[in-house]
Amino acid sequence: MNHPSHQSLREAFGLHLVEVGKKHPQVLVLDADLAGGTHTYHFRDTFPDRFIQCGVAEQNMMGVAAGLATTGFIPLVTTFGVFASLRALEQARSLIGYGNLNVKIIGAHPGVDTGPDGASHQAIEDLSIFRAIPNYTVISPFDAREMEQALDAVIQHQGPVYMRTGRSPLPIVEYFSRPSFQIGKGLVLRPGRDLAILATGIMVHRALEASDRLKTEGLEAMVVNLSTLKPIDAKLIAKCAQATGAVVTAEDHTMYGGLGSAVAEVLAQRAPCPMEMVAIQDCFGGSGDPEELACQYELTADDIIRAGRRVLARKPPAARQSVH
Amino acid sequence: MELAKQYRGPQELGTSLMELRELACRLRQMALQTIFDGGSGHPGGSLSAADLVAGLYFHELRLDPENPHWPDRDRFILSKGHACPILYAALALRGFFALDLLKTLRRTGSILQGHPDMLKTPGVEINTGSLGLGISSGVGMALGLRQQGKSARVYVLMGDGEQNEGSVWEAAMFSAHHRLDNLVGIIDCNKIQAENFTAQIMNLEPLADKWRSFGWHVRDIDGHDLDQILDAFREARHMAGKPTCIIAHTIKGKGVSFMENQPQWHGSAAPNAGELALALAELEAAKEGGQ
Repeated sequence: MNHPSHQSLREAFGLHLVEVGKKHPQVLVLDADLAGGTHTYHFRDTFPDRFIQCGVAEQNMMGVAAGLATTGFIPLVTTFGVFASLRALEQARSLIGYGNLNVKIIGAHPGVDTGPDGASHQAIEDLSIFRAIPNYTVISPFDAREMEQALDAVIQHQGPVYMRTGRSPLPIVEYFSRPSFQIGKGLVLRPGRDLAILATGIMVHRALEASDRLKTEGLEAMVVNLSTLKPIDAKLIAKCAQATGAVVTAEDHTMYGGLGSAVAEVLAQRAPCPMEMVAIQDCFGGSGDPEELACQYELTADDIIRAGRRVLARKPPAARQSVH
Repeated sequence: MELAKQYRGPQELGTSLMELRELACRLRQMALQTIFDGGSGHPGGSLSAADLVAGLYFHELRLDPENPHWPDRDRFILSKGHACPILYAALALRGFFALDLLKTLRRTGSILQGHPDMLKTPGVEINTGSLGLGISSGVGMALGLRQQGKSARVYVLMGDGEQNEGSVWEAAMFSAHHRLDNLVGIIDCNKIQAENFTAQIMNLEPLADKWRSFGWHVRDIDGHDLDQILDAFREARHMAGKPTCIIAHTIKGKGVSFMENQPQWHGSAAPNAGELALALAELEAAKEGGQ
């Protein structure tokens, strides 16, 4: 089989969902008239009897999923992340979260990477919102292969999950042998002793680019993929902080309550060290080309490098010397 | 205690109309005692729903209190979750949990939360309390049961004030579109919501026309007449291709004269000891009087 070098997370999700459907007859897919955007149309066309059209009514869709879960099905609620995390949030909280029901919520169009549709369609608060609700597992994969692995793990997992997909085609990272995916486990993609870049989703790719470029300046930046935001891999985060003494987080999400906050919570309690956050500042997104928006909202590899320099400057002098 | 045993069993109970009327009075007494013991609760809406709940739990629903998760059971959802004292009374009387737990309502660590919690209370099917959520989850259950080829049915009891919630109408549209004839929506139309009469807060009428226009089979009944209640359930069972909405006209606070039609008894008011004694006596007399 010829594997593409680039693939969007939503496409990987949509295609792999068919495989998941073949393996797990109890999986049902709920759609609110967005199958084209979420890429659930593959599943719809393969399993028409297990694809439930809810119309543009996300609150009811979330409630229907809760009811279906009580009868033993594994319902996947699919819509844009902004609608899943806001329009239908109370159903997601009080029926699914509070009841600890086995519903999987898949949020498409995360961050300003969503592009031309603009702020109304860009989920920039979804991670913090679902992180705040008890019983939820929160996941944001970074490439197509990890999306497939994560989807398998999400189906195996018992309990509510929120998982982001993504709109832009992204490189599929090459490994000698791809490590297995485990919910709650971060992954060191690149070792480094000067600073640690902890990233999630699309920002992992930009972190890798930043690390490559810092290397040409003689700086070794560790890159860690934190695709599970909850439960966060606190042990690994503390280890990275202790090993490097300087941490940068990177996410296509508001600076409040997402990856940066999750990492700061761990660092403050377990391994305090200087930290900088690359994230959307306290503002809404807007329309545009995803790459141009990344520049406008300071989410590029350049921005990660700048944050890296800032955090290095804040390292205590002794620690700075010890690394060289 | 004797009753709890007597009414166990997964089959229809064959309870007579006279027994059901007496049971409804007993449930009212238990609910008021429970609210008194708990220190707060919602008496008005518990009393208005008592006959509907009696008809469901002692006639209509196929349940197995020994096995609350029996996959083929009928589902009941109290979407107006604030009326849970009447639900807890029915569950206790059917033997889902010990009767003496009723006095722990709303207390720290109790299995009987201020609004229903499916993980804490045997027999509670889904969490409710926030209005407008129960009907959607009932729709999901009805769809899931149909998908599995089961004959089990789903009953969702809503409030009339709850009809203000937009999500109710999303669910109404969905159920008719998907032809969920194993779903029965019941509206406890007691004409009063939290702060005032529904007609003052937000006019609902013509309510029957609204549900009919959404594609449901609609039946208006006297929600305190058990004959009409059981007949409406029977009719719903024979309705093919569409869900049924039973608009049950009720009296808030029904059965306790000083609570009837009084908005201040919506909640979270508990009767004081004197009021409780009066109410229990009035209900006892009604029991003996056969209504």
